[in-house]
Amino acid sequence: MDLSLTTRQEGNHTVVVVGGEIDVYTAPKLREQLIDLVSGGSYHLVVDMEGVEFLDSTGLGVLVGGLKRVRAHEGSLRLVCTQERILKIFRITGLTKVFPIHSSIEEALAASE
Amino acid sequence: MPTVELRFAALNGHVRTARMIATAVSRRAGVPAGAADEIKLAVTEACARAVRVNRRHSPDSPVHVALVDTPDTFTITVVDCGRAGDEVAPGPDGGLVTASTLLDLEPEAADPPWWSDTSDDDSAEDSAGFPPGLGLALIEGLVDEVEISRGPDGVGTVVAMTWHTGVEAAPYKTAR
Repeated sequence: MDLSLTTRQEGNHTVVVVGGEIDVYTAPKLREQLIDLVSGGSYHLVVDMEGVEFLDSTGLGVLVGGLKRVRAHEGSLRLVCTQERILKIFRITGLTKVFPIHSSIEEALAASE
Repeated sequence: MPTVELRFAALNGHVRTARMIATAVSRRAGVPAGAADEIKLAVTEACARAVRVNRRHSPDSPVHVALVDTPDTFTITVVDCGRAGDEVAPGPDGGLVTASTLLDLEPEAADPPWWSDTSDDDSAEDSAGFPPGLGLALIEGLVDEVEISRGPDGVGTVVAMTWHTGVEAAPYKTAR
């Protein structure tokens, strides 16, 4: 299972829908996508992780890198995730304190208003 | 004699191979679903770490993985060929530092040190913003028992991870 990425615009937010496995092999693809968005002026990102089947520390690193980039432009990076096995990884690493995590894209967009 | 043994070239692409094999072996061993998820992530972190270490110090050496299934336990050992103790961040008590300590997230640090590392060098690994040892810290949070030791002849590091999968043994952690 490879990584799939699609993006769409929702008002002044860009929603990035991620599917498949984010690991040391596929993480560079996600990193490039986030870098491209920020270089293109998208500073408010919502990353939908509902279709993610696997996430490792490399993937966490890429998300943190993305957050750093948008913050440099006073932007935001919100995550959408309800999968327990993925949420557990954010809890173990303490990254729930760093990323706002929402249960739906609508909720993430509303929280960002 | 391990149930399954694997030796792979230190390439990122093969970490996935190791993950798939570990998943298949754990499934065959009948470990509970929660432990199977932990095994999948822990073997990935251990192998990704071993690949990094080997590529740095001994790129031609393979990473060695052994999976051992007994009625009560499931053990995975990952051995690299780097410098002993590379990418291991030992805590003051001799155990491993937890992820949130490594990331300096406790106490509430608004901007942990790794955070300010805002190099926009796209050639750099994004994980470079993460302290080395994060993979092991994640493992520590996932595995029932972790033992880190020096490799044979002082070369490399051995990461041994054991899950208590037997009904008689202590139930594995469901959530943390």
